[in-house]
Amino acid sequence: MRKIILAFVMAVLPGLGFAAGGNVHLEEVDIDLNNKQSLQRGAKLFVNYCLSCHSAQYMRYNRMGRDLGLTDDQVKENLMFAGDKVGETMKIAMPSEKAETWFGTAPPDLSVIARAKGKDYLYTYLTGFYLDDSRATGVNNVALQNAAMPHVMWDLEGLKAPIYKTVVGPEGEEHQVIDDYKYMTKGKMSPAEFDAAMRDLTAYMVYMGEPIQQTRKTIGIWVLLFLFVLFVVSYYLKKEYWKDVH
Amino acid sequence: MSNNNSLMAWIDARFPLTKMMEEHMTKYYAPKNFNFWYMFGILATVVLVIQIVSGIFLTMHYKPDAALAFGSVEYIMRDVPGGWFIRYMHSTGASAFFLVVYLHMYRGLMYGSFKQPRELIWIFGVLIYLALMAEAFMGYLLPWGQMSYWGAQVIVNLFAAVPFVGEELSVWIRGDFVISDATLNRFFAFHVIALPLILIGLVVAHIIALHEVGSNNPDGVEIKKNKGPDGIPLDGIPFHPYYTVKDLMLVVVFLMVFFAVVFFAPEMGGFFIEHPNFEPANPLKTPEHIAPVWYFTPYYAMLRAVPPMFGSQFPGVVVMFGAIAVFFFLPWLERSPVKSIRYKGMLSKTAILIFAAWFIVLGYLGVKPSSPDYTMLAQVGTLLYFAYFFFMPVFSSAEVKKTTVRMIGSAVSVLATIGMIYYWFNADGASMAMTLFASIATIAFLIIYLIIPAFYKAESIKPVPERVTDK
Repeated sequence: MRKIILAFVMAVLPGLGFAAGGNVHLEEVDIDLNNKQSLQRGAKLFVNYCLSCHSAQYMRYNRMGRDLGLTDDQVKENLMFAGDKVGETMKIAMPSEKAETWFGTAPPDLSVIARAKGKDYLYTYLTGFYLDDSRATGVNNVALQNAAMPHVMWDLEGLKAPIYKTVVGPEGEEHQVIDDYKYMTKGKMSPAEFDAAMRDLTAYMVYMGEPIQQTRKTIGIWVLLFLFVLFVVSYYLKKEYWKDVH
Repeated sequence: MSNNNSLMAWIDARFPLTKMMEEHMTKYYAPKNFNFWYMFGILATVVLVIQIVSGIFLTMHYKPDAALAFGSVEYIMRDVPGGWFIRYMHSTGASAFFLVVYLHMYRGLMYGSFKQPRELIWIFGVLIYLALMAEAFMGYLLPWGQMSYWGAQVIVNLFAAVPFVGEELSVWIRGDFVISDATLNRFFAFHVIALPLILIGLVVAHIIALHEVGSNNPDGVEIKKNKGPDGIPLDGIPFHPYYTVKDLMLVVVFLMVFFAVVFFAPEMGGFFIEHPNFEPANPLKTPEHIAPVWYFTPYYAMLRAVPPMFGSQFPGVVVMFGAIAVFFFLPWLERSPVKSIRYKGMLSKTAILIFAAWFIVLGYLGVKPSSPDYTMLAQVGTLLYFAYFFFMPVFSSAEVKKTTVRMIGSAVSVLATIGMIYYWFNADGASMAMTLFASIATIAFLIIYLIIPAFYKAESIKPVPERVTDK
């Protein structure tokens, strides 16, 4: 038995070091999917800034409106620029072959990106653009090194330059990591406002990845309550029948 | 005569309904002492039904086309009323199926349910397990995500490692030189028609064989040996109503767990639905880390543990398939005169725990990206997985017989162990701690499996009672 425990311990210990996966540090972010205002603000940012290069071809405008507490007319007036029918999905006019020649890679569809990458990645990516002269776009990203995407929200955030510090690695080697940022141009939003806006946008994209997710949890509670009642009944039924088994 | 009875009489004259009900339900006598481990058979049946029913509804909306498949799954998730529920039941059902099947198999291993006269039940069971693996593997391609695509690519490429005919074989399986639309279409056909038919046929054979010989139980006592004057086993109770009401209760408990996953954690942290599978399949972009779903990872770890020999991956493929094929021989490898682990000696008890523990360790290693240390640990695991079966005739038999055979076996094992340790000390990259652990673990298990049985000539088997012990 002791050997088995030892085997388990030996197996698990080396794994803990890798648990984070990769070497990119992701900022943890709290989002509230029940906050409709936050999701609406996020949707507005999404259709204004993302939905010209990126599509969300599995997400319908009217579904979004319904889930976010907006009427079809409100959606049409405030959130629709590309499509013309409210029942359409969020498609874009830019053909992906053209996009590939312009950007080097086609901007991915964002419908389920939150489920592939996770909320922390999205938030880190959205807040992680910094000035880098070596890039054609003039910016680099902390979450995805050498990202092809330009900083489309530079007018909101402003542009920031990294301040590096030197850290010593486990084997004594020195390398540079980003410690802090210095804003080189001012944006329309303060850093705190921009941070809140990116939380809203992250929340919206998490919602868009699985529009049913909040409803499903509500239904789940009723299902489990029903099953619990069924369990009590079946438990006493079994007990009654098994009385005469000795 | 009531209407009901006359209707039954009418049917019975034309179809043996009452006879079948009696044979399989009301007059099928099951041991009264089934414990918790005996519920997984019925649960596997429940999951099979869930998979078939949810699968039928998915097929109504899914499009087996490389250009449309990924989108049609999102269409099911968003636009089909209740589609998300059907899809999550099916994806959770796949993992639930393997979970209950693994526990069901472990039950068989513990209580000797594969031993005479139940060898065929066991063999049908292993065939079900194989068909289930094929079913799950082909179904996993259908969502056409990155892991679907690259997982299938890796597994089909294994067939390319077969000497001489490998290349042609893998092209024949795919219907193309890479995984493509042709592959998706044929996997769809296998997943929804061919394999379900085979599975259901095998399940029927499994149950017919079981009802022919009767169920085993945690004591391993044959209840048919103790019959009352009416010819009914003294320790048996009719399956219906006793086990139908008990199973009903257990199924409800299972459904609580199942629906808790479906409604609250359908991805199960990336174990039931892998995160990279939400990116559409891209033949030009290989993911950094390709991991199969959790239920295949023990075998995947074994595949990766075997180093390529003569520039070929084939030995790893042989080991992987061998790890499953070895189950077929179990009824003849186990030589103990008693069935249940309850009455076996310490050696058998230790061996089965070691086996289960390393199966889990291997499963864990299969999820992780490979590193020199992990590869070495997986080699220890692979060695001990096979050692369990290889030494089973030794540690399970009560008397020492055929000393020459045993001497040769021992010599081979000792040489193999020395060889492995020599190999580990010359392996590149692994840490000293892991090398020492691997060597010590192997020697320790050699002592348990080989040296202890040599000195203690008889396994300390406890007397098996005449009748079952508890209800």
